[in-house]
This record gives sequence, structure tokens and C-alpha cells, in this order.
Amino acid sequence: MKVKTIAENLGLKVVCGSNALDRDVTGGYTGDLLSDVMANSKEGTIWITRQVHQNIVAVASLKEHAAIILINDSQPTQETLEKAETESVPILVSNLPAFELSGKVFNLLSCR
Amino acid sequence: MKKASSVVCKKSKRPVCETKEKAATQTFAIEGGNFNNAGLVSTSIKSILKKMDVPGEIVRRAAIVSYEAEINVVSYAKQAVVNLIVEPDFVQIEVNDEGPGIPNIELAMQEGYSTADRRIREMGFGAGMGLCNIKNYSDEFQIFSEVGKGTRLVMKIFSK
Ligand SMILES: Nc1ncnc2c1ncn2[C@@H]1O[C@H](COP(=O)(O)OP(=O)(O)OP(=O)(O)O)[C@@H](O)[C@H]1O
Ligand SMILES: [Mg+2]
Repeated sequence: MKVKTIAENLGLKVVCGSNALDRDVTGGYTGDLLSDVMANSKEGTIWITRQVHQNIVAVASLKEHAAIILINDSQPTQETLEKAETESVPILVSNLPAFELSGKVFNLLSCR
Repeated sequence: MKKASSVVCKKSKRPVCETKEKAATQTFAIEGGNFNNAGLVSTSIKSILKKMDVPGEIVRRAAIVSYEAEINVVSYAKQAVVNLIVEPDFVQIEVNDEGPGIPNIELAMQEGYSTADRRIREMGFGAGMGLCNIKNYSDEFQIFSEVGKGTRLVMKIFSK
């Protein structure tokens, strides 16, 4: 399933990386501890987090994540936006908390 | 210097790079305290390995261990020099920092142990997992440290 399909289905706001929305999402991972995400998430993951600092872009790009979703209407910092745009990492924003959003993403990914 | 080392089993199969001629060594610098550039060195290492057509599994593991080492330098040390060595049968990443050193390596290696301050934790670091990740994702990992001087990590990933 493409990042775009998930964004549309869940009404997520695309705040950057709109040129990379046709990437394939092969799984999801929810976490706020960067070392945990670094060790345990996979390539093609859509990463759900509350972290907004620019370090999330380095993690997502090193791990070749498909996209990042920020929860609770969190806004990325200006540096995060700029870095994500350069690295073509899509950042999407949801108004839901992590639990609800993870459930919805999980359901979408499992019923395709 | 105090030493604590560990050897983990070897995991991958294909050679890291095809011939001795393709082998390479490269050096990078990390600036302590600067979270704006945190991740740049590991990103460079990853793209060099990819360009050399190193097997994906080795690239992924090299990215994890170099990122964790880099973040520790940014979080705790003053500066560091990183050497990347690519040989047909292994990738080696060495990180030598100037910094406070680690008084108790055994304790630092324990999952969950962290001295990260609030600022570092607010960015999502400080879970006390970094050194464990390095140990788990390298085939060979050595750590040397001297209080008041610095820390040296040697991480090796084999092709078979
Ligand atoms: N290069 C270093 N110089 C000085 N101290 C270090 C260095 N690397 C690690 N440490 C010490 O070892 C502790 C454990 O490091 P580790 O990377 O395992 O976890 P962390 O950095 O605290 O959290 P995480 O890596 O999960 O974000 C650190 O909190 C710090 O006290
Ligand atoms: Mg760490």
C-alpha cells in the first residue's frame, strides 16, 4: 500500500515530502525512543511517533522508512521540515494519539 | 586503557566487496554537542557502502552501529574521528572520541543505563539502548575508555 493511500484513508495532513508519497509501505512501527526504532523497525516502515526534532529524519532515512506520521497534531520543527524535504522523507500529521492511529494503520495494512 | 570486549556470532554470506582492489578506508569527523548534524557521518557511511555494492544486510547493520556511536559522541563527547575500513570479508568502523570517558563500561553496557540529561531525553535519546544495539548488530565489538580522555569503539561486521 502506498503512503498516499494511507494518508487519504486516515485524513492525514502531508506537511512535507509530497514528492515521495508513492512509496510502498510494508509495515508499521510505533515508538518515541530513537534507539528502539533504530534497532527494531524495518525498511518500508511507516513510523508513528511523537518526536518532532530533526533527528527523526536521520533515523527514517537511515532505516529507509516509507514515511513518518506525527501523532496528536504535533508540529515538526522548521529544521525537521527542511531536512525531510531535502532527504525526501514524507512527514504526515494525525490528530489521533499513538494507540488509535497505530490501530488504524494496522487495519489498513492488513486488509489490503 | 580499560577494556571490555565481546564477540557475537557471524551472520551474513556474500563478500563485503568483491576484490582487494575495491577495498577502501575513509575518515570522518563528528562534532560533540551538535545535534543539527547528528546522523551525517552514519548517513555518509551508509551511502559509501551502498555505492560499493556491499550486501544490504551488512549496510543495514553498519548504519545502526555507526548511528548509535555517532549519537553517543554528539551526546557525551567533545569530538571524534571515525575510520571506515571496507575489506572483502568485513566492514570495520572505529570511533575515537575526546571526551569524559566512561567510568564503568560494564554498567554503561547494561540495557536501560543512561546518564542522558533532560535535553537529550526530550529528543528521544537516553533509553540506554545504544551500546547494546552496537553489540547486537556487530559481529565483533570492542570498547576502550579512559576517564577524562575519551572512548574508542571498534565495530566489525563480517561477510560470512
Ligand atoms: N562516547 C561516550 N562518551 C562518554 N560516555 C558515553 C559514551 N557513550 C556512552 N556513554 C555513556 O554510556 C551510557 C549508555 O550509553 P548508550 O548509548 O547505551 O545509552 P544512551 O546513550 O544513554 O541512550 P540511547 O543510546 O538509548 O539513546 C550513556 O548514558 C553515557 O553515560
Ligand atoms: Mg546512546
